[in-house]
Amino acid sequence: MTIPVTIRIQQDDFDIAREIAALTKGSTDIGAVVSFSGICRDDGRDASSALTLEHYPEMAEAEIARHTEEAKSRWPLNGITVIHRVGRLAPGENIVLVLTASQHRQAAFEAAEFLMDYLKTCAPFWKREEGRSGASWVEASEHDDAAAARWTKS
Amino acid sequence: MKIKYFAWVRERIGKPEETIQPPADVRTVEDLIGWLARQGETYAYAFEKPKVIRAAIDHAHVKQDAAIAGAREIAFFPPMTGG
Repeated sequence: MTIPVTIRIQQDDFDIAREIAALTKGSTDIGAVVSFSGICRDDGRDASSALTLEHYPEMAEAEIARHTEEAKSRWPLNGITVIHRVGRLAPGENIVLVLTASQHRQAAFEAAEFLMDYLKTCAPFWKREEGRSGASWVEASEHDDAAAARWTKS
Repeated sequence: MKIKYFAWVRERIGKPEETIQPPADVRTVEDLIGWLARQGETYAYAFEKPKVIRAAIDHAHVKQDAAIAGAREIAFFPPMTGG
């Protein structure tokens, strides 16, 4: 079944309500939409926690598409939206949006979690964090690796 | 072949991309990392912990034992931190 899949990488912010409306427009068989937003947060350790997100443009969209395809094959989904921002983002600003639509909530919840776990560990984006003592690259977290690994079929 | 660098790999090497012609005995991604690490101080610094480096061939993730024959574009970068 062909379902709407939207993948965008952009500097501009996104409007969650507008994206949900676009995803569900014209559909009467969607019973659940799960929305996950990742937000740039001030961790309280430093004067500023603004981020600059670098990405590999030619690869990022293809890599996200590989994971939306896998999500489609694993859950009965009616639509997927993934938007990832790049450039400089201040605390409180949106970083990423994942929307999953399905007839029932369980598939939508699980697929959204799966997509986020893979975005964190496989999509070619890198965060550089500004702090009082200078900027530094955010280190990958073992917790994120473990979260992605639990979706691997053994 | 075209080589691209991202995040701190790019910063340490000091350029985002270049075209290289490695010798014929450089067959895998691991070989290429070893060869690049010998191209000067900035490269040695970028590849000082080769196991940490991730690679993609023609926009798809690969392991370091992947063959580089026929690759148009190889990218090197640290573990990803998006999302």
